[in-house]
Amino acid sequence: MNFATIDELQQALAAHDYIADRPLATAIFLALKLQKPLLLEGEAGVGKTEIAKTLARMQDRHLIRLQCYEGLDVNTTIYEWNYTRQMLQIRLIEALGASDAHAALKEIFSPEFLIKRPLLQAIEESWDRPPVLLIDEIDRADEEFEAFLLELLSDWQISIPEIGTIRASQPPTVIITSNRTREIHDALKRRCLFYWIDYPSLDKELRIVNAKVPGASERLSRQVVAFVHELRKLDLFKLPGVAETLDWATALTALDARELTAELVEDTLGAILKYQDDIAQVRRQGVRSILEKVGV
Amino acid sequence: MDDTEPLIPHGNLIAHVVAFAHLLRSTGIKVSVEQTIDLVRALEHVPIVSRSDFRAAARCTLVCRREDLPVFDAAFDFYWRTQSGFDPLMLAIPVVKTPPKPLRLPQRPRSPGDGQDESDRHGEQQEEKVGFTLTFTASETLRTKDFGSFSHEEVQACKELLRTLEWRIEPRRTRRRRPANRPGVIDMRRLLRRSLRYGGDPVELTFREPRYRQRPLVVLCDISGSMDRYSRILLQFIYTISNGLRDVEAFVFGTRLTRITRLLRERDIDEAIAAVSKQVVDWSGGTRIGEAVRHFNYYWSRRVLGRGPVVLLISDGWDRGDPQLLGREMARLQRSCHRLIWLNPLLGNPRYQPLTQGMQAALPFIDDFLPVHNLVSLEQLGAKLATLGARRPERRQNAGGRVRV
Repeated sequence: MNFATIDELQQALAAHDYIADRPLATAIFLALKLQKPLLLEGEAGVGKTEIAKTLARMQDRHLIRLQCYEGLDVNTTIYEWNYTRQMLQIRLIEALGASDAHAALKEIFSPEFLIKRPLLQAIEESWDRPPVLLIDEIDRADEEFEAFLLELLSDWQISIPEIGTIRASQPPTVIITSNRTREIHDALKRRCLFYWIDYPSLDKELRIVNAKVPGASERLSRQVVAFVHELRKLDLFKLPGVAETLDWATALTALDARELTAELVEDTLGAILKYQDDIAQVRRQGVRSILEKVGV
Repeated sequence: MDDTEPLIPHGNLIAHVVAFAHLLRSTGIKVSVEQTIDLVRALEHVPIVSRSDFRAAARCTLVCRREDLPVFDAAFDFYWRTQSGFDPLMLAIPVVKTPPKPLRLPQRPRSPGDGQDESDRHGEQQEEKVGFTLTFTASETLRTKDFGSFSHEEVQACKELLRTLEWRIEPRRTRRRRPANRPGVIDMRRLLRRSLRYGGDPVELTFREPRYRQRPLVVLCDISGSMDRYSRILLQFIYTISNGLRDVEAFVFGTRLTRITRLLRERDIDEAIAAVSKQVVDWSGGTRIGEAVRHFNYYWSRRVLGRGPVVLLISDGWDRGDPQLLGREMARLQRSCHRLIWLNPLLGNPRYQPLTQGMQAALPFIDDFLPVHNLVSLEQLGAKLATLGARRPERRQNAGGRVRV
């Protein structure tokens, strides 16, 4: 699982259908080498989450995913006590007649009664190789959540008042993604390596489509990618991401399309454009004229 | 961990990295010592003979904001300049102290037109403070006087009064909970701990309740020619409100939109306003409100309109742009915020009627249409913000909601 060079990593990613250009491969390489979290920002659907999945698959490591939302707290991300079991245990202690309060307290607040949530799982001992921890869309969580992360990400440890500090012997590889719906706090950013993923070049996107939708004919893929690139030049509210390109190519393949036609595009615009205004704008512009630019 | 080697591999390299980090800081990019160390560590793994790999490594360790990337690239090219590719021997050259005068780098990516000589507006801000003590009657007349007819002394006095206004926005219920004394959701963790005192029986109940938090506020202020008489006071208002509340984003627009949030962080109000005057290029020009709102919707709304914000749009509605565009973009803006309030200084005049095409197009999509022409109207705004209610106002699907005047 160790990559000696950036090239090696880049090739391994490509072998697992992830086409990364060299600067991105360098950032991932350094995240692995320096054991630092990697913060990926970029528009929706450019393949941020996919990196974590690919890394896990490629190195045969466990993927622990934490989808962020507002109000994430210690109980849902780090640990929670198993209250039901604790209460039963208290009854049991009583029934057995042991009345030493201290001992009872110690017993019911032992690791055995702990429910481990994703962040705690990620630094646990029991993995034979450290897992990949994906903290997805951190911008959806509130700022308080970022504060929980600081201790974990800089020292690879978590403090539980009743038990003490739990420290990872092998730090997990952490990938954090953000769609930038709000600014992430600098304290968190500084603990991470940072990489901004842009929309791919035509050539790169074509390679991505070829890798991910092998069923699509070469001609169709070429047209689809060129069409999406034309769309990205328009002034749309939400530009289509790579995810949309892939969805569209898959949809067209499922329809047995061999090449793009104006009707086909009209019928399937919903796969790439997700706002009514945008669809209306493309229609006004004329699907045919865009197709002409693409050379269909 | 396979990096047990000492951290200092290549002679002058560290000195160069440190000097480079220093250069970056002088351009305004925040680079911590830790980040610099990261780059040095990274260079043990990345072949420094490749200029592009070296750049990629430096980029991902030293920069953590997308806005800084273009500045970083310019600084990189400047510091590691060589005509024919990257020369590793550079690293052996003794470190030159960074030039005393920070080099001219493109400032921020979003304002391509800047860098021209800023003809200082110093004269304007240099005016000394006049010792103006408010008698009761003076402040009473001041409170109801139209901003547009303020004398210089009155502007100064108003600044003092603005400082005394306290701002509060009705808070939003978050999904986070905190311990509470009143009955609410049972706090199992505390309950269990307490119950141990009573041999495991839950005698004392413990609760948690939702935490409340202030809604974010976004201010979009028109600074075009027709707003001239009001702009200065309104900027002071925006300054005080953005320093009095937690989460405020501020923009100004004439023909284009400029974000001024960071400029308003200045300690001193006059410095802050001077900074805004310098940065904004279309001061006192024409207005295209629709364009400005569209630009906001496309480039900023996703970043600043999370978590149910209140949006204040301050403008007299004199619009030279396309009214249809304005209507469309106002509709979009209204859909993405908790409350859309249009403040119009002309509304202070009882005879004013919002008949301009722009105002007509925008009206159906405004939740509240309020005056902003004197201090009393600002106080009323304050009262309004404090009692907004937890729900969005009712809005009709297409034609927009009822407008409360």
